[in-house]
Amino acid sequence: MHEISLLENVREILQEHAQKQNFKRVKKITLAIGKLSCIEPDALRFGFDAVMQGSLAEGAELILSEVAGKGICKACGKESAIDTLYAPCQYCEHPFVDVTAGNDMQIKDLIVI
Amino acid sequence: MCGICGCGQTEQKHDHNHSHSHSHSHSHSHSHSHSHEHGSNEYEHNHDPVDLGTERLVQVEQALLSKNNSYAEQNRSYFQEHHIFALNLVSSPGAGKTSLLVETIKQLKDQFPIAVIEGDQQTEHDAERIRASGAPALQINTGRACHLDAHAIGHAVMDLKVADNSFLAIENVGNLVCPASFDLGEAHKVVVLSVTEGDDKPLKYPDMFHAADLMLINKIDLLPYVDFDVERCIQYAKQVNPDIQIMQLSTTKATNFSAWTTWLSDRVIS
Repeated sequence: MHEISLLENVREILQEHAQKQNFKRVKKITLAIGKLSCIEPDALRFGFDAVMQGSLAEGAELILSEVAGKGICKACGKESAIDTLYAPCQYCEHPFVDVTAGNDMQIKDLIVI
Repeated sequence: MCGICGCGQTEQKHDHNHSHSHSHSHSHSHSHSHSHEHGSNEYEHNHDPVDLGTERLVQVEQALLSKNNSYAEQNRSYFQEHHIFALNLVSSPGAGKTSLLVETIKQLKDQFPIAVIEGDQQTEHDAERIRASGAPALQINTGRACHLDAHAIGHAVMDLKVADNSFLAIENVGNLVCPASFDLGEAHKVVVLSVTEGDDKPLKYPDMFHAADLMLINKIDLLPYVDFDVERCIQYAKQVNPDIQIMQLSTTKATNFSAWTTWLSDRVIS
């Protein structure tokens, strides 16, 4: 389950930003989760409180927003909405598309004090 | 400094579990007294002891996974410059990746240099098996992580001093889910599926079979004893990846093993 190690990365990034941008606590954090990213939102929610315990984001509210998957067809070059990494092009049904959105996880913004 | 990513990390011991210890001793000794007068329309607010400052919004917009992809691209350029043919071997635990590599090393080590990076959650066992077969190997223990990442691979390549014009095998952690989304800079992902697993694995774990360029159906000597329909398995794999190449072999009985070693030798520039 790599959600825990990803959350540990999040915790480190929060600490870096706290120093740079001079805040002491994170009250709310918004993460954008790509639908194709192999990250389970429920697993993130499950691990969040435990990983953030003792850090500046202890007790913070976690908001998850989903980013839809998109890809450019390797054959016809058109952009398709895709639900899975193996989804074919919706126009020419070519089986391989280069993913252009929805395969990452991003820390969007924070409410801090 | 690391020759690939330039990150200044000079580790000898590869225990890439990135478990930085954060010992925070926050002493929140706020002794403020809330004696201000609230009117009858007292709005709800949280009397958290540190809630003294004003809340503000901080834009971060920092991606977490794409960092891996930039390391993977650095690895890929390094492999190209040095004519290193790198494969990322993925499978469930127990499909026979290590045995496949041990046999491959025995048969091909005189043709070109071979190096192996082993990924497991714990132990040096696999690296020891590889070394015993006559190739240098470096074990990465991923700890809690369920996959290898491109940054760890860049460092392992430097530490192993992988030779030019060689074959580099990266044996990923046994897991058909997460390693699919982590590019390591390899030329191809090779998925190993043994007949002791279900023939519907390609449909159950489509991301991995879609990401792989070659599927090795291993342990075919056991087919008489198991309920595994090879044709159905191939059909399922083609369903998620019409371009996937497929070979059927047995590592331990050396059945059709030359199909694999020929495929490999043809791709290593020696």
